Amino acid sequence: MMNAASKNTDATGNGNKTCWSCKGPVDAVALFCDTCGAIQAPGQLDHFARFGIARDFNVDIDAIETQYLKQQQALHPDRFATKSAREKALSQQQAASLNDAFETLKNPVSRAVYMLRMAGVEPEGGEGQTVNDPALLMEAMEMREALDDAGDRAQIDAIIRDVRKTARDCENEVATAINGGAYDAARKLTTRLRYLLKMAQEARAKKARLAAA
Amino acid sequence: MALLTIHEPGQTPLPHEEERKLAVGIDLGTTNSVVAMSRDEKSEVLRNPDGGSAIVPSVVHYASDGTVTVGEAARDLIDSQASQVVSSVKRLMGRGLEDVKSVAGTLPYHVEIPDAPTGDDAASAGPQMVRLNVGNRVLTPVEVSADILRALKARAEAALEQDVDHAVITVPAYFDDAARTATKDAAKLAGIEVLRLVNEPTAAALAYGLDNGAEGLYAVYDLGGGTFDISLLKMQKGVFQVKSTGGDAALGGDDFDHAIVENILAARKADGIDDTIDASAAKRLLKVARAIKEALTARDQVDVAVDINDSETTHSITRAGFDAMIVKMVERTVSITEQVLDDADVLPEDIKGVVLVGGSTRVPAVRAAVASLFGQEPLSNIDPDEVVAVGAALQAEALTGGSDNLLLDVIPLSLGLETMGGIVEKVVDRNTPIPVAKGQEFTTYQDGQNAMMIHVVQGEREMVDQCRSLARFVLSGIPPMAAGAARIRVEFQVDADGLLTVSAREETTGIEQEVAVKPTYGINEIDMANMLRDSMVNARGDMELRLLTEARVEARRNILAVQAAMKADAELLDEGDKNTIAAAIAELEAAMQGDDRQIINDLAEALETASRPFAEKRMDRGIRRALAGQNVNSVRT
Repeated sequence: MMNAASKNTDATGNGNKTCWSCKGPVDAVALFCDTCGAIQAPGQLDHFARFGIARDFNVDIDAIETQYLKQQQALHPDRFATKSAREKALSQQQAASLNDAFETLKNPVSRAVYMLRMAGVEPEGGEGQTVNDPALLMEAMEMREALDDAGDRAQIDAIIRDVRKTARDCENEVATAINGGAYDAARKLTTRLRYLLKMAQEARAKKARLAAA
Repeated sequence: MALLTIHEPGQTPLPHEEERKLAVGIDLGTTNSVVAMSRDEKSEVLRNPDGGSAIVPSVVHYASDGTVTVGEAARDLIDSQASQVVSSVKRLMGRGLEDVKSVAGTLPYHVEIPDAPTGDDAASAGPQMVRLNVGNRVLTPVEVSADILRALKARAEAALEQDVDHAVITVPAYFDDAARTATKDAAKLAGIEVLRLVNEPTAAALAYGLDNGAEGLYAVYDLGGGTFDISLLKMQKGVFQVKSTGGDAALGGDDFDHAIVENILAARKADGIDDTIDASAAKRLLKVARAIKEALTARDQVDVAVDINDSETTHSITRAGFDAMIVKMVERTVSITEQVLDDADVLPEDIKGVVLVGGSTRVPAVRAAVASLFGQEPLSNIDPDEVVAVGAALQAEALTGGSDNLLLDVIPLSLGLETMGGIVEKVVDRNTPIPVAKGQEFTTYQDGQNAMMIHVVQGEREMVDQCRSLARFVLSGIPPMAAGAARIRVEFQVDADGLLTVSAREETTGIEQEVAVKPTYGINEIDMANMLRDSMVNARGDMELRLLTEARVEARRNILAVQAAMKADAELLDEGDKNTIAAAIAELEAAMQGDDRQIINDLAEALETASRPFAEKRMDRGIRRALAGQNVNSVRT
């Protein structure tokens, strides 16, 4: 199992480093030393390479999850409960960086933000930073009004369906823009996607509140 | 004796007898505690030696002569010696006085808060944990919990006829960092090394999952004496993944008892009887209320006579009446459950099974509410009082003996920092898988500012004063710069136990300053050392033993690594190297049989020196191969 997990290093040409345990050469991005089996510190592996997939916005979440679970099986601190302090600490770092990779790729907004940053493009600010796209602001305002006016579950369900469909279309546009290198468009679309997903979440929360009342 | 034994990488030889850990699972509950042990994935609760109940009431009696009694015997003294008995102490774990004001009135012992710390301690101290005045002693909740844990350890040792000093201890998923730290401290005081803190619902799911080989989404509804937890778990390919979790750390069956007490007192008041009662009467009345609650599980009506303050009244309580008393609390659990489903973007009908945990799930109104929410009858074929300990024991076995199963847990409450205007900036969102490491950059807002206050909070609200304050510290020594020029990186690390460490660093100048903070809601190191000294545990001996074990583990790792390298790159070894290394290994192995940690460490270092020339040759060849455009891996495979 250990060796299987160390195979997907995707030869990024990072060369060798010294294994802290057996002092011999080990691939710079390997999870475990080929020679002595010791867990290594997380290397400079990007999230896509970590799961052995191409750098493409369209990801197969289920396939990534399978990889994620397989790697956690080998790297999680529970596997090192009886090992030395150093191995425990390394496993904690590895598991944390694996969690970060999976969480980032799982969500389309964080995945878009990550890919924009990889391309050297700073995404539009998250919360707190003003967005000055009049069309987006208008769209957001209309959605919010519709949600405020919705009084029963059926109406909210209709809004949720609507927002989800719009979000899916938007996600496809983000994919096309990012994969095609149209980063300026991708930045704007990512902001829009963030709004849409937040709106869907608020609609679900309102539905839950309505159900509880 | 063979001079050189070669093992396959990853195939560690069996540990020495004294290092083989016998680990139990402990459910440290608000009302009751249970200890269990697992062998070959068969878990069994440990009963007292006469084969009686598995349940140890989480009640401690402190006699005037210093004797400490735990469990049933202590519970029997609640009536006669109310001021010397502590129960439900779990509700106070990691709590400050502000937190317990609401429950303090219902507790029969006096709760106090110590003076704020001064001097060096004050800088890194969070709020102080409450103290209890019991039987002329002042105790922290951590010490009381440690007494319960000692009793459980003793029970396990009696049942297994062997020392037990490692355990998996369960905590409510909703326990915040302070309460988790306090629980770990209690174990340390009791002489137990915690292999892992596991969330109670996760442990319960583990108990069911392994038995049934279940795959799919499961909900665990856990209503205990003092806490409510709801968790969603996805089980697939041997991995138990917590999807989302929620709950209320101060809602449970004890509140049902209180509702009955209030109902009885209100009825007496309506008859013109004074409804103020003393601590002893309150305890007796709670006991009556508990009996009523339990009886109403099987019966529709219970009649009782209450004789306190010299006036006797009779009360007739129906199940419908009881249901009405608790309806608000049950509804609260349902709405928290809906929120948790929503967090995971899951509908009730997506849930494949519902697991019930906690004695309070025996209340028919609770079962009915759960069944109606999920549209299915919940699972309860494992005793709800024992299921958590059973799961904890399975996890203890998995951690010590290896397992194909894996638990992936999440952080239950968001972690953040105070920013301008008392607003919380979230750094780690709730339901983020752990372990996790996340950083955030901040800057100075004044020219020449040389220090920054870092205030760590936990909770979902937007304002600092509505969240729990975990720690405060000052990052000082920031070089003078214009406002906004400094780059201060604050990093949060949450380990697999859900425990947080925070550090901060100024990065622009290359001058690094790092301050690591452990939230101090538990107990600070000085208190801890004093308590260890005061208790029967031989702290020094424990520490020595731990360091010795660690030295042996490290030495063994070292030997295995060198041997693996010798096998892989045998052609780089000349006869001289081989003999030097073999001799160093033999010496180290001999030292490992002994008890001198210093010698083991010195010889481990000697082995490292002896094998350095060999390691250099291996690195040289690695570099040559890389330069020649050859991949080492492709050469080998």
